[in-house]
Amino acid sequence: MKNTPTGVRWVLMLFALLGVGVDVAHAQSPKDTGFVSMLGELREATYTDKASIAERLIQDGHPNVRAVLTAFLEDRLYFRNDDQKVLLAKSADVDPLNLIDPVSMQDAGSAPVDKLTKIGTNNSLRRMLRTTLARFGLSSPDAGVRLAAVRDMLRSLDESNVALLRERFDTETNSRVKKEITTGLALAALAGSDTRARLEALRTLKNSVSQDVRNRVALLLDKNPDGSFIETDDNVRQAASASLEVIDEWRALYSALETLFFGLSLGSVLVLIAIGLAITFGVMGVINMAHGELMMLGAYTTYVVQMAMPGHIGISILVAIPAAFIVAGATGVLLERTIIRFLYGRPLETLLATFGVSLVLQQSVRSIFSALNRSVVTPDWMSGSLQLNDALAITYNRLYIVLFTLIVFAIILIVLRSTRIGLEIRAVSQNRAMAKAMGIRTEWVDAMTFGLGSAIAGVAGVALSQLTNVGPNLGQSYIIDSFMVVVFGGVGNLWGSLIGGMSMGIVNQLLEPYSGAVLAKIFVLVALILFIQIRPRGLFPQTGRSAEDK
Amino acid sequence: MKRRMMLIAAWLLLGATVSSRMAAAPQQDVIKIGVLHSLSGTMAISETTLKDTILLMIDEQNKKGGLLGKKLQAVVVDPASNWPLFAEKAAQLLEKDKVAVVFGCWTSVSRKSVLPVFEKDNGLLFYPVQYEGEESSKNVIYTGAAPNQQAIPAVDYLMKDVGVKRWVLEGTDYVYPRTTNKILEAYLLSKGVKAEDISINYTPFGHSDWQARVAAIKKFGSAGKKTAVVSTINGDANVPFYKELGNQKISAEDIPVVAFSVGEEELSGVDTKPLVGHLAAWNYFESINTPENKAFIAQWKGFIKNPKRTTNDPMEAHYIGFNLWVKAVQKAGSTDVDKVLAALPGLETPNLTGGMAKMLPNHHITKPVYIGEVKADGQFNVVWKSAGLVPGDAWSDYLPASKDIDADWVTLKCGNYNKVTKKCSGQNYK
Repeated sequence: MKNTPTGVRWVLMLFALLGVGVDVAHAQSPKDTGFVSMLGELREATYTDKASIAERLIQDGHPNVRAVLTAFLEDRLYFRNDDQKVLLAKSADVDPLNLIDPVSMQDAGSAPVDKLTKIGTNNSLRRMLRTTLARFGLSSPDAGVRLAAVRDMLRSLDESNVALLRERFDTETNSRVKKEITTGLALAALAGSDTRARLEALRTLKNSVSQDVRNRVALLLDKNPDGSFIETDDNVRQAASASLEVIDEWRALYSALETLFFGLSLGSVLVLIAIGLAITFGVMGVINMAHGELMMLGAYTTYVVQMAMPGHIGISILVAIPAAFIVAGATGVLLERTIIRFLYGRPLETLLATFGVSLVLQQSVRSIFSALNRSVVTPDWMSGSLQLNDALAITYNRLYIVLFTLIVFAIILIVLRSTRIGLEIRAVSQNRAMAKAMGIRTEWVDAMTFGLGSAIAGVAGVALSQLTNVGPNLGQSYIIDSFMVVVFGGVGNLWGSLIGGMSMGIVNQLLEPYSGAVLAKIFVLVALILFIQIRPRGLFPQTGRSAEDK
Repeated sequence: MKRRMMLIAAWLLLGATVSSRMAAAPQQDVIKIGVLHSLSGTMAISETTLKDTILLMIDEQNKKGGLLGKKLQAVVVDPASNWPLFAEKAAQLLEKDKVAVVFGCWTSVSRKSVLPVFEKDNGLLFYPVQYEGEESSKNVIYTGAAPNQQAIPAVDYLMKDVGVKRWVLEGTDYVYPRTTNKILEAYLLSKGVKAEDISINYTPFGHSDWQARVAAIKKFGSAGKKTAVVSTINGDANVPFYKELGNQKISAEDIPVVAFSVGEEELSGVDTKPLVGHLAAWNYFESINTPENKAFIAQWKGFIKNPKRTTNDPMEAHYIGFNLWVKAVQKAGSTDVDKVLAALPGLETPNLTGGMAKMLPNHHITKPVYIGEVKADGQFNVVWKSAGLVPGDAWSDYLPASKDIDADWVTLKCGNYNKVTKKCSGQNYK
């Protein structure tokens, strides 16, 4: 479309104009006619032309302009191929589409998608429409909508927007919206010529931590190519530099907090994938190379659960947690009964056998679900981020995973410490012969312990399905990390895994901005190797009699 | 135990020899076509589709009565995403199975791994994926895009139509992103972009923890100048990358991401709603409405028996490559590699998106360039297309080391000819 010569485009547009004009003129007021003919121009326009048409529609001030432009922004604006009439769709997701007439706003029947042509948008057009439509949101009764509207308007502060904001300021009751408007007005004042107002504005802006404000203030300190300041007023410059210092200090603090959170969230993923291994490897001493594949099973369980309940994506994740627990746990028990129990005390053969099992599991998943990654939908309550302020936002999925890890950890701790099965697990791992003499069915306890470790791996898989690809290779990419955490924390110690995982996560995230992701990983690995040289038994080595024979 | 292991090994060996014997059984009335794509491992995601594409093309050609009166027969091997195994399997195809032509490889490292084998055995490889250039082999036909057919036009679009002033070049750590970014950096600097406005970063294959990188991009992008991300992130790592972009609320309206390795197939594994508006540059999109494309999509869906499967750019490259090879064989009247190679330059075959793909003397082809924005349904909305067909340039004009180098297998008979010193070096295996 871009390549159509301008002349041809204008002729086409003229035709479109005439065509529509004749078609509808008999039934509508002159205002409607102009509105419809402008809409008609959208059919053949380039993206730049569409933007100017939208501009004219706004100036024209037809009562339906907001509805039409909202539909345009949301990809619900179509023209019918038969009669070239521009129509709105109620929702873009159904076929046939239910249509609405842009002038009367009445039902205009329905039509299948292939009889209609969508009037497309691109990024800059959508941005323009969004800021334009923000003005309408300013008077919404919902404070959230008003806040978003003000933020959108701050992206392009022209005179009309400033006037609208000033008007709104007096009637606004919500404090957050009011604060945002204050920032906007201060930014506008900064561009003015009244020195006192500008100094006042700089004092106001000092309390903001938004990047845009920072950039705007920093501009005042820029120099011309010849070394002189662009801003000629000394007082303004001094005030700007003072404000900038305050803003930067706060931003540095928030950025440190953000890094800390990144570290904690990476750490909690590491802990989550390692807890199961801390049980099978730490407590039982089984080197389970199929641990990663058990996580993969958990992730695929999430996918299957979502397929089974398509209308309830929001709670499907919650259903998937017990489902993955059962699927991975059952697989673990089966593995223990059929393979691992014959190999106790022979670590090398266990390693080889479980590695083989991991390949079998991978290939069976590949045969059942295909080699392609499956898409697990992130529920709405887990996407997006919690905006604490302009400089600090915490993504929901990470936040929930940190919480989830802590909950899983607490449950495992309670199970091992204060339930009968936990007592039996500890007894068997400490002294098998004595436990047997006391009447504990050690074989059954072995199966349950391995099953529990595997089930936790499955639950970790549910969490991973929200962070990474659900595919046959999911397990491979995490198996090394999980062994690292368990060895670092001290084999056989759950607290060690928690502290070890969290500290590895934080160190990794602290290093990453400086060294890049590849080097950060290498540094962590090298540090780990050195650490193991000094303390071969990890952070929290097992003490007492049971430690001797391991 | 040891005896049992030996027994198992013996059985395995026996199995392997029997099955390869069966595959190699001599048949006079067939032309064998090698398919060298990973069917397991990391790259299986992308390459399995290409194997199926070639099987579809062979099937269609056989329905038309085969080629030179013979039936076509596929010899499919699985190099399992293992780069050295690619070379082994290539040798097997060329030396044992004696295939007439091989369609295969995806990553540049796998292509580099098989290159010496094809040059030693004088085989013929059709390579269907967009790549970093700086190569032209006598024995390889590059049907994917060279940098000037994908990366450079995409950057031009962002610079001129979107007004981008600040650039993040984000890639996976291997040869394709590193070379492409080197070319792009040289190109941007030559267009007057300041060095401090370019940020280059690499992450490992399969990287999944993107929070720090995305936060850094956000920070880099909020310096008051329009910023874009040029992504050469390859494979699985894209999904968590885009998820993190969505979660940290980086919208395409503020910081658009243009990707060179993300197509319809990759998006089919992602929830695309948060990605709407992000860009991809390709020479083909499934959403482009031409009769040829419609027919191909229908054929594909019928062959794979799954109406939800998508088509993508490397598939079109295989479609073009296969048709070019068929035409060359018909023109040469033989499947002999040297005769086919002599017949190839100058041949034309239709693209799926309109226009003709023409085989050039440097073993690359002409291609249209499209830039699309991701739509909510995982397809692309084309927002820009090149004025005409762009001829593939093997050696980038923007790198000082390669700007004087030319590839021409018709008159110069050389893939690496220095126009200044008039010397032919490397890739001149005879």
